[in-house]
Amino acid sequence: MHRKAHRGLAIASTLALLITAAGCSGDDGPGSGGASVPGVTDTEIVVGTHMPLTGPASAGYSKIAPATKAYFDYVNANGGVHGRKITYKIMDDGYNPANTQQVVRQLVLQDKVFAVLNGLGTPTHTGVLDFLKTNRVPDLFVASGSRSWDQPDKYPGTFGFNPDYTVEGKILANYAKVNLAGQKVCFLGQDDDFGRDSLAGVEKVLGAGAVAAKQTYVTSNTNVAPQIGAFKAAGCQVVVLATVPGFTALSVGTAARLGFKPQWLVSNVGADHPTLAKQLGAAAPLLEGMVGTNYLPMQNDTANPWIQLFTKVNKEHNGDAPFDGNTVYGMSVGYLFVQTLLAAGKDLTREKVLDAVQKGGFQGPGLVPLRFSATDHSGYGGQRLSRVTGGVQSYFGPAYETDEADGSVNEYTATPAAPPANGVPTAS
Amino acid sequence: MSATRAAVPPRHRLDHPGGRPVDRRRGSTLLRHLAVVLAAGLLLVAVSYAVEPFRNFQLATVAAYLCATAGLTVLTGLNGQLSLGHGALMATGAYTVALCQTAFADRGMTGGWLLPLSLGAAIVSTVAVGAVVGVAAARLRGPYLAGVTLAVAVVVPALAVTFDGVFNGEQGLSVPVEPPPLSLGPYFPYERWQLWVTGAATLLALLLLANLIRSRYGRTFRAVRDDEVAARLAGIHVARTQVLAFVVSAATAGLGGALLAVLAQSVSPGAFSLTLSLFLLMAVVIGGLGRLTGALWGAVLLVALPDLTHSLTDTLTLSPAVAQRLEGNLPLAIFGLTLIVVMIAAPGGVQGLLSRLGRALLARRPTRRS
Repeated sequence: MHRKAHRGLAIASTLALLITAAGCSGDDGPGSGGASVPGVTDTEIVVGTHMPLTGPASAGYSKIAPATKAYFDYVNANGGVHGRKITYKIMDDGYNPANTQQVVRQLVLQDKVFAVLNGLGTPTHTGVLDFLKTNRVPDLFVASGSRSWDQPDKYPGTFGFNPDYTVEGKILANYAKVNLAGQKVCFLGQDDDFGRDSLAGVEKVLGAGAVAAKQTYVTSNTNVAPQIGAFKAAGCQVVVLATVPGFTALSVGTAARLGFKPQWLVSNVGADHPTLAKQLGAAAPLLEGMVGTNYLPMQNDTANPWIQLFTKVNKEHNGDAPFDGNTVYGMSVGYLFVQTLLAAGKDLTREKVLDAVQKGGFQGPGLVPLRFSATDHSGYGGQRLSRVTGGVQSYFGPAYETDEADGSVNEYTATPAAPPANGVPTAS
Repeated sequence: MSATRAAVPPRHRLDHPGGRPVDRRRGSTLLRHLAVVLAAGLLLVAVSYAVEPFRNFQLATVAAYLCATAGLTVLTGLNGQLSLGHGALMATGAYTVALCQTAFADRGMTGGWLLPLSLGAAIVSTVAVGAVVGVAAARLRGPYLAGVTLAVAVVVPALAVTFDGVFNGEQGLSVPVEPPPLSLGPYFPYERWQLWVTGAATLLALLLLANLIRSRYGRTFRAVRDDEVAARLAGIHVARTQVLAFVVSAATAGLGGALLAVLAQSVSPGAFSLTLSLFLLMAVVIGGLGRLTGALWGAVLLVALPDLTHSLTDTLTLSPAVAQRLEGNLPLAIFGLTLIVVMIAAPGGVQGLLSRLGRALLARRPTRRS
């Protein structure tokens, strides 16, 4: 009998402990009844994100969210948005889709964020689309160019930011077609929608059978010698890379070890020169001649007013961290989010934010326009090519625009907007 | 053998050096276990109404992990077989559920009976894999056994990447799960429903395991663990017993993995890495090897630890660079340290400590010391 009491006691105490643990969690959401908007008070807006602060994709990407936060701090120091300060909760998912599931649930269910902003990664974010949809959480400016974000009917609350990978593949392939005509083009992509979408774009321009060798990599395996070896064996002269920075560096380094020197054409998400140079260390000169794409001001263009603004913010609010393309990216996201909040008005709700994004018309640091509309949830609509010359990455040629279908690749000539004087957007 | 035997708490409540069953109570074990499970089920329902959605989700995750840790504690604690590959068996179950649910959704089939069917399929497929590994494991001892299970832990997630046509590589598959039945009301919280589903499945698995442990099979498991030669002399088929133990623990691991996949509504190899297998083993050791309650503590620890470390890094105002490094790696370090401390201070794990405390509280004379 004692034993029974004993066991009952054990179970009861266990559950009591669990309940206590559960009860201890402070409910610091909006406490003013059911009508309040999650994450919004009169003085604060709470938004969250999932980022690879550790793991295979952390090289470079781990600097994005701190840069976004620094821009928010700058805006907060200038009085916030409609009198509200922006709080940015950054969660690490290690670029592991399983972790993303956990941390995003924590952001939405426990921290009660108003929106998820700039969640990073194609494989990671794909897994939380449905969850965010069922909880009606605005899922703004996803840090990836997958075409999955542009499904207004299926995911009305999800919006992209990056140019989609198919558009990018078309622009890179167009460069190869015009400037490297007759050369053997090969392709290395991440083994998910990132690589697949990019390859689709390349094949749209060059033709289905034109890519001589196609290889994929997975982020859990840091040996790309077999893939690069296959390219060398196939006699590739041009290699298109749909890779995150760590794997761009790996590919370039591995190719040098194998005595293989193709012309690299690299996706914007894996082409930031300072990040790659840091990864390669003494082997950084291998990046000479690499062609990449971008759609935001180049990080080393000190004459650009946006870069001047972001450098200032970086000094004041980001501990003067090394300034690279990820910093520019993170702050551009922050700028766009502040614009969105301003457009949504003082009486902030989730619906109003979505309406504001769909209304579009944002002028910002981008070289090409954002496409947001009721029927289009993809972000930037084009890119410009860059080249590394003498260890310096700089733009060349015009910016290009195209669609993700079979449209042609066209030049885009409008001049980008200048930032407002104090660096904080005003409601238009 | 010696490595695992050393890990077994020296004094066990359930087995006696004399070999006589300690339990002299009248009445049916089955009824007793049923009563406990029913009580736990009622408590779980009450708790699910008392706490907020995120806690419900966490409790559901605990339940899913508990399936796996309970099976592992039976295998390692009671049968003395060390398995470093339990994460891979969970992955087997998880991918089976994903494939089944996707197949059902593609054929436009809906209904509440589909999920139990998928979970059943997950258990069956994991049993098949577990039987294969178990047959190999039954021929091996000590470090060789650890090596084989380690290989399984590494190979299975790699298969998902190798055959990316079926398993979609590292991005993984999504698991379409239906919303709670409408009879519960249109605004029934989804997380509460998740806790109900996983809780029910886990309690059922625990009931069966508890009965198994108290049965003749449980005794043969322990006999094989303690002395294979003696067990053989007593007429126990050692290899068969070992394979059976492996299959039972595989089945629960498969169920645990399947439940995890249903909770996350997605499955990817990253969720079932080698780290998970090691975490599971550490969890059962810290919880208290060979006891189902110990498995519960281990499962709670698996869920609570990342959460705690996150709160910890939040409260410490660290430079961003340091915080970044800590965020991903601190849980590992804390887990390792805890394991060492527990092994030194309380070889019986958390449950061993609690039992001792309970005994002290009940002021019972330690008469059962032989």
